[in-house]
Amino acid sequence: MKDKKTIKNAPADKFESGAPLEHKDNFKIVNSSIKKVEGPGLVTGKPMFTDDFEFHGMLYAKILTSPHAHAEIISIDTSKAEKLPGVKAVLTHKDLPRIIHTTAGQGYPEPSPYDSFTLDKKVRFVGDRVAAVAAETLELAEEALELIKVEYKILEAVLDPLKARAKGAPVIHDEDEARMIIPLAYDKNTNLAAHAEMSEGDVEAALKNSERVFEHTYESHYAQHCPMEPHVCITHLDPNDRLNIITSTQVPFHTRRIVGQALDIPVKRIRVIKPRIGGGFGGKQEMLIEDICAALTMKTKKPVRLEYSRHEEFMSARTRHPQHIELRTGMNKNGDLTAIDVNIIMNTGAYGSAALTVLCNSASKVLPLFNKVKDIRFYGDSVYTNLPVGGAYRGYGATQTYHAIGQQVDIMCREMGIDIIKFYKKHHIKEGEGSPVFQKMGEGKEGVEMKIGSCGLEKCIDIGVKEFGWYDKFNKKRVEGDWHYGAGMVCLMQGSSIPEIDMGAAYMKINDDGSFNLSLGATDLGTGSDTIFAQMAAEILTVQPADIIVYSSDTDMTPFDVGAYASSTTYLSGGAVIKTAEKIKAKISKVACEMMKTTEDDLRFKNGIVYSASKKEKVSFKDIAYYTLYEKNQFQIDASASHITHKSPPPFSAHFVYVAVDIRTGFVKPLEYLNVTDCGTAINPKFAEGQCEGAVLNGISFALSEEFIFDKKGRLLNTSFNDYKIFNAVDMPAVKTILVPTYEESGPFGAKSVSEIGINGALPAIGNAIFDAAGVRMFSGPYTPNRVLAEIKKKMKK
Amino acid sequence: MKTIEIKLKINNEDKILRVKINERLVDALRAAGYKGIKKGCYEGSCGACTVLVNGRPMNSCMIPAASADGFEITTIEGLGESDNLHPLQESILETGGVQCGYCTPGFLISSYALLKSNPDPNMDEIKRATDGNLCRCTGYVKKLEAVERAAKKMRGDK
Repeated sequence: MKDKKTIKNAPADKFESGAPLEHKDNFKIVNSSIKKVEGPGLVTGKPMFTDDFEFHGMLYAKILTSPHAHAEIISIDTSKAEKLPGVKAVLTHKDLPRIIHTTAGQGYPEPSPYDSFTLDKKVRFVGDRVAAVAAETLELAEEALELIKVEYKILEAVLDPLKARAKGAPVIHDEDEARMIIPLAYDKNTNLAAHAEMSEGDVEAALKNSERVFEHTYESHYAQHCPMEPHVCITHLDPNDRLNIITSTQVPFHTRRIVGQALDIPVKRIRVIKPRIGGGFGGKQEMLIEDICAALTMKTKKPVRLEYSRHEEFMSARTRHPQHIELRTGMNKNGDLTAIDVNIIMNTGAYGSAALTVLCNSASKVLPLFNKVKDIRFYGDSVYTNLPVGGAYRGYGATQTYHAIGQQVDIMCREMGIDIIKFYKKHHIKEGEGSPVFQKMGEGKEGVEMKIGSCGLEKCIDIGVKEFGWYDKFNKKRVEGDWHYGAGMVCLMQGSSIPEIDMGAAYMKINDDGSFNLSLGATDLGTGSDTIFAQMAAEILTVQPADIIVYSSDTDMTPFDVGAYASSTTYLSGGAVIKTAEKIKAKISKVACEMMKTTEDDLRFKNGIVYSASKKEKVSFKDIAYYTLYEKNQFQIDASASHITHKSPPPFSAHFVYVAVDIRTGFVKPLEYLNVTDCGTAINPKFAEGQCEGAVLNGISFALSEEFIFDKKGRLLNTSFNDYKIFNAVDMPAVKTILVPTYEESGPFGAKSVSEIGINGALPAIGNAIFDAAGVRMFSGPYTPNRVLAEIKKKMKK
Repeated sequence: MKTIEIKLKINNEDKILRVKINERLVDALRAAGYKGIKKGCYEGSCGACTVLVNGRPMNSCMIPAASADGFEITTIEGLGESDNLHPLQESILETGGVQCGYCTPGFLISSYALLKSNPDPNMDEIKRATDGNLCRCTGYVKKLEAVERAAKKMRGDK
């Protein structure tokens, strides 16, 4: 056996060490487009998702929802439903402890107001929970809902966010318990869910001294995330009577904490398992259904499955917060931006999930892009209405504000005769520069001062202009019959993680054969994070990604991680993976020294083998594993590490779109869409491109067709894919992504985020392109034929 | 609930399923272990539950299971094994066309049906053949590229 471990006369001169972090261009595994580690299982349809789990005697849950936008429940009679054979439990507000909490899947203390009960005696939007049933079959559960008799006292509803704070407006959260748990503005008596503001310099004076002042009002609209897998969870009691929750969530650890809080169950009695997730986009950064499903399991002691139908996804799940944005900007004769004044009324719907933080991000992920402007004011109110509930949604406030500022830049440049390309190149934030907004606008507390470490935006713009053929398409007034063609562009930034707040951790151990288990709380919701973490660990340990067995996430088995949100996973949890893998490497080194009787500076790592340069000997990771597990001074080589971030380095992107507008019908056809994106080092370039493409198409679909249509009483009318149109393969334009590599020193292998930024461009860029094509400005989305046609008709009348 | 027995061929295997008279084919197949078939809308508008029914791609949520007696069904499980992937399955991993993977089985079945009848489709034909398979993750770019790539492989082109 000994000979196997230490082979002498190995050629020492050809040895390389594992790619050190500073060798930016010397990556072996990182920065290559390896295939998804769980890919074969996914493409062969293996059972991996929540609904693929089966439990003996499992019950099916359904939720009775409110038909009224605002009402008090006077009485609920569940007797008939309970008597229906096969019905095992019916829960109303009378059956559960009345514990206020927020459903927002955020760290503690949550910066979202506490304004939700698992079940309440009041309903605040059409689709709000009234009661829940568990039965032997789904059909029986549905039948039971119809047998529940509810008497409502209908209250006046707030359906216009601009009137939510008017004197005498109905108070939506009149319960005593509603509050913010951190000292922040909150006034339930005037339907104020959150407030954010900041100011730098003197905006009024700057505007007064400007050559021109531009003042416009923009409306950004509701949207649903539409993950192909709806919200679904299965709860059951394990043999030790611990509550197990298998759920499609982006935030397993927050879900454990919030379910424990809402149902008054100690955290140690709860285990949350996140299997494969079928998309989230922010919609699953929420404790949305787990509490009620768990309550049914606690009552029946049986496994219970709860899945939202597509209709319920639209009616009752979270949405993108609509914003009413009043924007004032000033410009000098030479085309310099002089001041920005943003006033936002954000509709958070019936509950305040992410009501503050989305608003804060409307400032912090947008305004620093224009850091040459010294006079900035941002003022935002997040208001309750009796409409569907806002929440986290890819882009997170930035999408809304870019709609306004991205079009305003186009308006200013056009009217002042400035080249928009030159404008962005001159005005955007550069490497080494900061912005007061970073420090002033945090998430529920002060932000973190930050200088930009990497910025490839200028390059993105240059490449985009050339690749897209900007000057051949923009302002060319091409017309063919009814089709008018035009081009638009916009520049964007986002962030990477929430600095000084969010934490990710990893754990790793070696196995007999020299492979490794890597356990993470980080949540792969389809982005490919499990794969890129395998790449990162493999890079450091000089093994193949297949040698890293990634497992995420299970609150019993994996270390803590805040979860997948705030564009954090690569940047934040990646930091934890690197630290963990380096600790493992150090332990391996120590054992290798012991085995080969040499010192660490003599060691070289290559392909999972440790070489002694001086002795011409080598030991493989397998040898090391056998030695430590079975032979001498036995111990488990393992390590864990946590990571927090001290900055949130923005990725940057330039978007270019070419559209055709049918001026007879108002139909807008997107033809070409190019996004040129700087996400630092792309750990897996194809995955990074995929993030851009998915976000871009979601953005285009949001800009052109996705819309919530309400009746006069606040009921959402279009609750299926038949009448809420999301883009399919035929609808899409030619979408192209170009990644512009930069190196972010603070990031793992130079990486920054990439998942959210791409969704922010379509609304402003297409808006600008419509103007270029048809001469009409779309201040409100989506740019559906009727809206565009109305503007065209208005223009023709003039 | 009344149940009946149906005989059908699933992935070239003869099967007898006992189904409820109001059951949908997607539920009957999933209950029989074909978990690769997904449910995204349950109303025939997302394509996640696409299977081949007598050679044609169809939304199995829209088919009463009781009516499927005598049908030949191909599900994602019938396309290839993880150690012996179909060129479509292989290609979609190579192009990075799988993100969450929830819509992937339905998309692959639609593409499989296309390539059987049209081994050399152009991009327009690929888009049309898969426009019933909604995807929110990928923006379709790399999925469509995968079908082109698989077609090439299957034709033996270099």
